[in-house]
Amino acid sequence: MLAFAIRRIIGAIPTLFALIVISFFIMRVAPGGPFSANRKLTAAVLENINKAYHLDEPLWMQFGRYLWGLAHFDFGPSTKYMDYSVTELIVQGLPVSIEIGLWAMLIATFSGIALGMAGALRRNGATDLTAGIIAMTGIAVPTFVIGPLLQIVFGLQLNWLPIAGWDGSFAAKVLPVFVLALPNIAYISRLTRGSMIETLRTNYVRTARAKGIGPHRVIWKHALTGAMLPVIAYLGPATAITVTGSVVVEQIFGIPGIGRYFVEGATNRDYPLVMGVTILYGGIVILANIVTDVVRGLLDPKVSYE
Amino acid sequence: MSDVVAGAPVTPGSAPAIGLSPFRASWRRYSRNKLAFGSMLVLLLIALACFGGPLLFPFGTEDADFDNIAAPVNLFSIHPFGTDEFGRDLLLRVLVGGQVSLSVGFVGALAAVIIGVAYGATSGYFGGRLDNFLMRTVDVLYGIPYFFLVVLINLLAGRTVMGLFVSIVVVLWLTPAVIARGQAVSLRHREFVDAARAGGMTEWQIIRQHIVPNSLNVVIVYSSLLVLEVIVTESFLSFLGLGVQAPATSWGSLIEDGAANLETDLRLLLLPCSFLVVTLFCLNFIADGLRDAFDPNER
Repeated sequence: MLAFAIRRIIGAIPTLFALIVISFFIMRVAPGGPFSANRKLTAAVLENINKAYHLDEPLWMQFGRYLWGLAHFDFGPSTKYMDYSVTELIVQGLPVSIEIGLWAMLIATFSGIALGMAGALRRNGATDLTAGIIAMTGIAVPTFVIGPLLQIVFGLQLNWLPIAGWDGSFAAKVLPVFVLALPNIAYISRLTRGSMIETLRTNYVRTARAKGIGPHRVIWKHALTGAMLPVIAYLGPATAITVTGSVVVEQIFGIPGIGRYFVEGATNRDYPLVMGVTILYGGIVILANIVTDVVRGLLDPKVSYE
Repeated sequence: MSDVVAGAPVTPGSAPAIGLSPFRASWRRYSRNKLAFGSMLVLLLIALACFGGPLLFPFGTEDADFDNIAAPVNLFSIHPFGTDEFGRDLLLRVLVGGQVSLSVGFVGALAAVIIGVAYGATSGYFGGRLDNFLMRTVDVLYGIPYFFLVVLINLLAGRTVMGLFVSIVVVLWLTPAVIARGQAVSLRHREFVDAARAGGMTEWQIIRQHIVPNSLNVVIVYSSLLVLEVIVTESFLSFLGLGVQAPATSWGSLIEDGAANLETDLRLLLLPCSFLVVTLFCLNFIADGLRDAFDPNER
């Protein structure tokens, strides 16, 4: 068990390293440096800037310096927000992203499982149909369409909620959390429905029924545990992705999380910021995958740790 | 396709007529699915409108009609869906934007499938150390969050339609590769492959004529989902301002325009949104239909 976890962590190192190498070298060869945009700088100034950011060193030395920094959670200086380091920007943005991400996943998990269960227990009933429509919409319609549409309905027409902005109030969080939750509700309800229908047909559920266990206990205790395995496999990576900030949702609703830094960094050619967010995000997703595998192993006796 | 073995299990209700190739049988199953078939017609109609429609307009996407700035919807005027705040015809812009979205979607998916199938089939057919190495590489690349990689490569390639296309393909060939490899591994020791080898075919000929055609059944189902994914990715990047740059346009960048003007003018948002959403729904239904038709074991 422990050996399996350790082996998975060691196996993830090449992936993380590849991510660092790819993002580092792409950022170095990408056209237009962060300082080439504005007015022409004199040679002396340029030389000083290059020296300050260590751009005059050979590439391998810069890479080594960057790796050394990463080992200390130092992602280097931001080239756009001159007074901030990338680490400071991430520390500012991450809590906001985590807050709306966690709420979204919490809501998505409960409502998704509820919708999926309702659909599986009364197949082709009204609830099943509604759940199917919600799932179809959540999967087919991208967030950057749903977001503005909800802004129109709830912000502009009904005037119930602010259109965008972030003041920490409850009302400001409703729309972004919902938009972030919707695709997850869709996937979770579909997964739950499918695996619940399958689980209800398995031998162990039939055995439980034959032993005379009540229908509620069979569904909630025996079948649900079995049916949750694919959902858990989905939840791990999805939580990592949602919590580290949905780029689109943060952009639409003007939320100062790290997803928005990523877009701003890319448009401003603030390479250290883009790299920092990419590597942080990649690391979290990789970690979430490992945790998911281990948890699945704990719950499912059929998963073997070879 | 004459080499394809008829291995598909015959289900009682939809038993294919004798002499029908598996591909034709699948196609017959697909066209009986009304939702999937209808979606295909709607999608064809949208494509026809996007590529043929602009020819009917006497002006171009960038031509401003200063007499009709921000004209409202009037189906019987020269601007049926009105104009934007620069006097540019909205319907025309949406149709031309659709050309970019649809062609990036279909050509991108096709390129990703070709690269992926070639890679996966080679890897699975030869097996051994080569397979190990090639698939380890895919594993490593898989671990990298895909959206971030697309943006990085897109920055490198320059923010053009071509750059967008390249960055999407570079990332999305992985899944077709894994699928094709799985097929190749299961086919490699089948009798007809041994027979081909005994008959003197070279390894590459076997891959081209036996392994790849026999993987197509599964790959076709996945590619329809891939088209969907490419279109969403393209729109998504353009929406964020990281994809297609003005004056070029796509549904994503039109939706961004619309979202920015949402307090003054809803049409700018609703028209491109409807085109995109209808297209995505169609692609979803088509993918479902293809899965039922080509992969009867799945359900």
